[in-house]
Amino acid sequence: MPEAGLLTVLPMNELVFFINKGIIAGLISGSIYALGAVGVTLIFGILRFAHFPHGDMMTTGAFFALVLLVLFPGAGAAVGLPTAFVLLPIAMAMTAVFAVGIDRVIYRPMRLAGSRPVVMVMTSIGVMLMMQGGIRLFAGTGTRQLYVAADSKDIYRIPLGGRDIVITEPQLLLFVLTIAAVIALHLFLTRSRMGKAMRAVADNPDLARVSGISIDHVVRTTWLIAGALAAAGGTMLALDVTLKPDLSFNIILPIFAAAIVGGVGQPYGAIAGGLLVGFTETLAVFNWSVLLRPLQPLLPEFIEIPGRITFVPTEYKIVVPFFILLAVLIWRPTGIFRGRLNL
Amino acid sequence: MALIEVDAIHAGYGGANILNGVSIVVEADEIGVIVGPNGAGKSTTLKAVFGLLSVSEGAVRFDGRDITNHTPESLVRAGLSFVPQEYNVFPSLTVEENLDMGAYIRRDDYRRLVDQVYGFFPPLKDKRRQPAGELSGGQRQMVAMGRALMTEPKLLLLDEPTAGLSPLYMGEIFERIIAINTTGVGIVMVEQNARQALGFAHKGFVLAGGRNRFTGTGKELLDDPEVARSFLGGGD
Repeated sequence: MPEAGLLTVLPMNELVFFINKGIIAGLISGSIYALGAVGVTLIFGILRFAHFPHGDMMTTGAFFALVLLVLFPGAGAAVGLPTAFVLLPIAMAMTAVFAVGIDRVIYRPMRLAGSRPVVMVMTSIGVMLMMQGGIRLFAGTGTRQLYVAADSKDIYRIPLGGRDIVITEPQLLLFVLTIAAVIALHLFLTRSRMGKAMRAVADNPDLARVSGISIDHVVRTTWLIAGALAAAGGTMLALDVTLKPDLSFNIILPIFAAAIVGGVGQPYGAIAGGLLVGFTETLAVFNWSVLLRPLQPLLPEFIEIPGRITFVPTEYKIVVPFFILLAVLIWRPTGIFRGRLNL
Repeated sequence: MALIEVDAIHAGYGGANILNGVSIVVEADEIGVIVGPNGAGKSTTLKAVFGLLSVSEGAVRFDGRDITNHTPESLVRAGLSFVPQEYNVFPSLTVEENLDMGAYIRRDDYRRLVDQVYGFFPPLKDKRRQPAGELSGGQRQMVAMGRALMTEPKLLLLDEPTAGLSPLYMGEIFERIIAINTTGVGIVMVEQNARQALGFAHKGFVLAGGRNRFTGTGKELLDDPEVARSFLGGGD
């Protein structure tokens, strides 16, 4: 078949639809899950407990960004990027310090008292409820926009056949930010003295102690990184959709699924797990009949392609991470990257 | 003045004492070997010296200073290094990263020490980019000892360095321990292969029931018919 003929036969419209609603949407939720799951997995690796308030840590980060947005509404216009994105480094720093503060006030005394992991998990659930209440107390329960009027809402269109590939500015920034965060984390963990010490403590805390590594410094660094990445994920999620007090509470489940799928304690696994959960979730609710429709002329008449074929109805999207989690725990209990689930 | 002087220490894990007056004296440049049956308190003695469990009676002196119940971190800085019997490497870190962690407390350029460790343990040089967890038992033991040497200790405490190794590797590890000792590092080691270890030990300590039973030079203990009958077994 000649090349030109192939192009006209290819259902370009449907393919672009798939890229927009499948690939790009999957990458977005995957990136956000990855940013959260890295924190969860690092905290588990070093402190050996499941940090349930991590979703609310993300929401808190987004609310810090909102406060900064109100204080410095002109910051974005000065550089030509969304204001919240420009202020993000400050929000990340604030959330990092906030995370260390929570550890100092609540988790550290528990640790020094020799609390068992299950007690730490229950404490973390208490912290989660406190943070949820705290956010509502200061910001109310309403939905907010993380934009100022002056912000440009650029949408990039890449024409391809009849339709355009559509990607918004916050989405593009999210990809850039996630890639930058992953590279920075990799360099930190493999090149820096403190990064190696973090991996050493996750590997063998007793040997780390007899090597003279300060567990206190490692714990503090862990909270700084987890807090900063949580703020980044939360803010970018709020930029992509809207800012609600229960924003991240809804994504805590996929984040934990991502951390476990990737192998608990494995930062690279958490990134892969985040993307896997994000894609699976998106493709599970994707309307596949759009892709099948071009095949209609090839099929005998009595087969009719229904208007909507999805693996899971959209309203049940939240169960998808559960299924992934179950499948992984049954067939590969330590996760894709062989994590440590030896509580 | 002895490098390490353990003076009739009593210690245990909370409940009943495991050590009921153990004494060890090893001079700088010497190899001291602790032998004895299971449950004699050999490993416990090393852990008590290194501050991993608390000494209730008696004293530990290092280089003339009292170090009884000091924390492991402060002892590392004082010039002691400890190689546990198990879990003695960071498995997901590469060989070289394990050495980096051994040098964690150093702020100087420790490149020459890494080279020195590769000099003691040539097989590690080829594997330096490989995770320590993927190495064989003998090579892991080399990584563990290499990590402990990165602080340039005056005294190295080794807990059963040949446990679970083939006879071939056992001989190799013993050779390296002697080589390390000749560079001026004092060594106190617990060893199951008592006959071989006492063969090169300057000092030998036979423990039983948390007490010293026999003390002497390695040769004296090997030649003592009672030690041979009760603790060294027959033949080999």
